[in-house]
Amino acid sequence: MTQPPARTLSALGLYRRMAGASIVAQLRYPGTFAIQAIGNFVTTLLGFFGIWSLFRRFGSIAGWDIGTVAVLYGLVNVAFAVAETLGRGFEVFGGEYVRTGSFDRLLLRPRSTLLLLLGHELRLRPIGRFLQGAFVLIAGLWLAPHVQWSAVLVLPLAIAGGAAMFLGVLIGQAALCFITVEGLEVVNVLTYGGVEAGQYPLTMFGRWLRRFITFVLPLAAVCYYPALFSLNHPDPLGVPTWIGALSPLAGFAFLGVMVLIWHRAVAGYVSSGS
Amino acid sequence: MQPPFPAPDAITVKNLRKTYTVREGGSWRGKTREIVALDGISFSVPKGQIAGFIGPNGAGKSTAIKILSGILRPTSGEVQVNGLVPWTNRVAHVARIGVVFGQRTQLWWDLSVGEGLALLRDIYSVEPERFARNRARLADALDLGGIMDQSVRQLSLGQRMRAEIAASLIHDPDILILDEPTIGLDAPSKLAVRAFVHELCQDRGTTVLLTTHDMHDIEALAERVIVIGHGRILADSPFEDLRMTTLSERILELDFHGTPPELALPAGAVETARAPHSLTITFDPRQIPAPALVAHVGHLSGLDDLRISRPSIDEIITRFYADHAA
Repeated sequence: MTQPPARTLSALGLYRRMAGASIVAQLRYPGTFAIQAIGNFVTTLLGFFGIWSLFRRFGSIAGWDIGTVAVLYGLVNVAFAVAETLGRGFEVFGGEYVRTGSFDRLLLRPRSTLLLLLGHELRLRPIGRFLQGAFVLIAGLWLAPHVQWSAVLVLPLAIAGGAAMFLGVLIGQAALCFITVEGLEVVNVLTYGGVEAGQYPLTMFGRWLRRFITFVLPLAAVCYYPALFSLNHPDPLGVPTWIGALSPLAGFAFLGVMVLIWHRAVAGYVSSGS
Repeated sequence: MQPPFPAPDAITVKNLRKTYTVREGGSWRGKTREIVALDGISFSVPKGQIAGFIGPNGAGKSTAIKILSGILRPTSGEVQVNGLVPWTNRVAHVARIGVVFGQRTQLWWDLSVGEGLALLRDIYSVEPERFARNRARLADALDLGGIMDQSVRQLSLGQRMRAEIAASLIHDPDILILDEPTIGLDAPSKLAVRAFVHELCQDRGTTVLLTTHDMHDIEALAERVIVIGHGRILADSPFEDLRMTTLSERILELDFHGTPPELALPAGAVETARAPHSLTITFDPRQIPAPALVAHVGHLSGLDDLRISRPSIDEIITRFYADHAA
């Protein structure tokens, strides 16, 4: 009898298994899950009603119509919902891994720490935000006057880039937990604050904030510019519209930088033990 | 990464040193101070041995365990576990060891024991046939049959610990590190865990490094104890040797049906307690062997019963720590 060759389950295969197990665990209490998902849907929808009522009252604000704003709103919420779904392990990293010492347990598994934390949970609850964002996004495309056919290609790229960017923020937040687990609510400025800021056209913000959400956190690159491109809406600040077809890639670059920072942080943890 | 020659021992540690830098006063600008957790320790554990690794809290045990597990990088020194340097290739190293931290679960709270083991199969890439074999063997030896379908959250501490041990062995590691495996367990569970570890070592030649504060674990399992204190190795010997050098005395208890008589005791024996119907004598068996002492007191009138006992392992270790100011 020959020993079967040792076969390493691929990272993707293992991720599927871990995600599947986490879904089984979440659906163990289906009632709780349904209430949470519906609550998620309703609270995010209420947020949009605030914007909608403003536009209903004033028609358009500073040259922006409701269609464009709905596309921005839909994009950022769908992207954030995807990141929340994938990145739960990073979101709870400080409380559930660092503070309790469980991160040591994770290091004892012969797999990448990023993969293991992605596999912490495939969170189903953000489905409420996702559906609601997708609904507003489609409504915005229907309402906007000059939708480009290429939006079909650019908007999915923008969603993917946006999800990568928000996932990067969550990974960066987790890396910060090695230094301190206190006061990390500050990072919510980038996640929830990013979602808020992404809902509005860039021109609504002051110069300092515009620069921040363009060059530090590439929020404009994954949301504002692709939306302008898809709706064929010229940028009042004079940036060429075609930029929006490529700018979502900045979200992936941001994620890449955060992954590098994560590896540095883990190496630092392993050498200091704290 | 293969070493130039196969290391004969499962674990080899040479001049291992680890210092931590701490900030005084907790402020960002405070002065830093060095704390020495391990001050150059050396030992090796041959394949198939159960070595007890003990010491008071803060002695450096957990630092050493973390370094051997590959989750902490030492300041200096050499370590080889299974021929690998733990911290240079974490993934390859941890694939070949099993670790049980008594206080932290490695299973998933919301999953059943069986589901958790299946997930570990995929994490460790255990072939399906080998997994089925190991799972059946471990379920049998650790009596997991009734709890395979229960979620980990619902298990009692004893059941959980048995599941944890199974989880740490599903990938056939050559080395098992047990950190407080019996903490909080009731007596039957403790005995079951000890019996299992003993068998594992006998039947499969697994090398076991055991840290515990329960000296009965050590007495029952360890062929050898490594005592660590202040980051140094204070003793490294079979437990019997530690007993002889630390607290070799024995105790003779005598029960009388009347008042115990006044005794003239031989050299090496002293009366240490007197009660209305009993007498306690402490003696050093190297000066006066037990049979001679028993012969000396055996003819006393009114003597009902006599018992000889040794100091408990807890007393021995307490004395040892005190002697070494550990």
